[in-house]
Amino acid sequence: MTKPTKITNSIRALRFAHGELTQAQLADQIGVTRQTVIAIEQGRYSPSLEMAFQIARVFKVPLDEVFQYPDGEEESS
Amino acid sequence: MSYDEKGTWAYLVASAGAYLVYLVIVGDRALHAPVAEVSYVAVLLWTSVASGIASTVVRTLLETASPSDSRKRDVRDKEIYRFGEYVSRWFIVAGAGAALIMAMAKLDYFWIANVIYLGFVLWAVVGSAVKLVAYRRGL
Repeated sequence: MTKPTKITNSIRALRFAHGELTQAQLADQIGVTRQTVIAIEQGRYSPSLEMAFQIARVFKVPLDEVFQYPDGEEESS
Repeated sequence: MSYDEKGTWAYLVASAGAYLVYLVIVGDRALHAPVAEVSYVAVLLWTSVASGIASTVVRTLLETASPSDSRKRDVRDKEIYRFGEYVSRWFIVAGAGAALIMAMAKLDYFWIANVIYLGFVLWAVVGSAVKLVAYRRGL
């Protein structure tokens, strides 16, 4: 499946590291549907900056521990 | 599948199905009479109304078969909806533009009404298809 975004994320790993938080629980905490959390995890949807901060706040980690963006070399390929 | 995605599927199936029924009925009449004498107005109105009702029924059936976690429309649903409408609005514009030209050319009302109806159907069908692709493959 084509990923429309270069942004990757560690949400799945963070959910398991935080007491196996379910996608539904995370969705409830950030005010979206479970399908949206699934789409974000699979790289099919880039959340807004505000939602990205909300997700990072749920896990109590900085934003760049949740979302990563490839550096220059990969970016230009 | 989210509540809105099911609704989009229902809308697509109902819109395409209703237009297919319209084409079969009016197309058959057009084969047996000159288009200026073809009775299409009642069929057009009834298939439009039936499309709305069928959309609700299909959505209810999908929801009954596989209930959604929530019926709330979230930010992703709204973005996908806007994207689909943005892409498909050109069919409305094209239908209206074609109808304007046909009216200026004094073509029969049958053709003018049908090109506008086709514009609306393509808007519904293509818009729904674009939204479903966005749900599955991402924006």
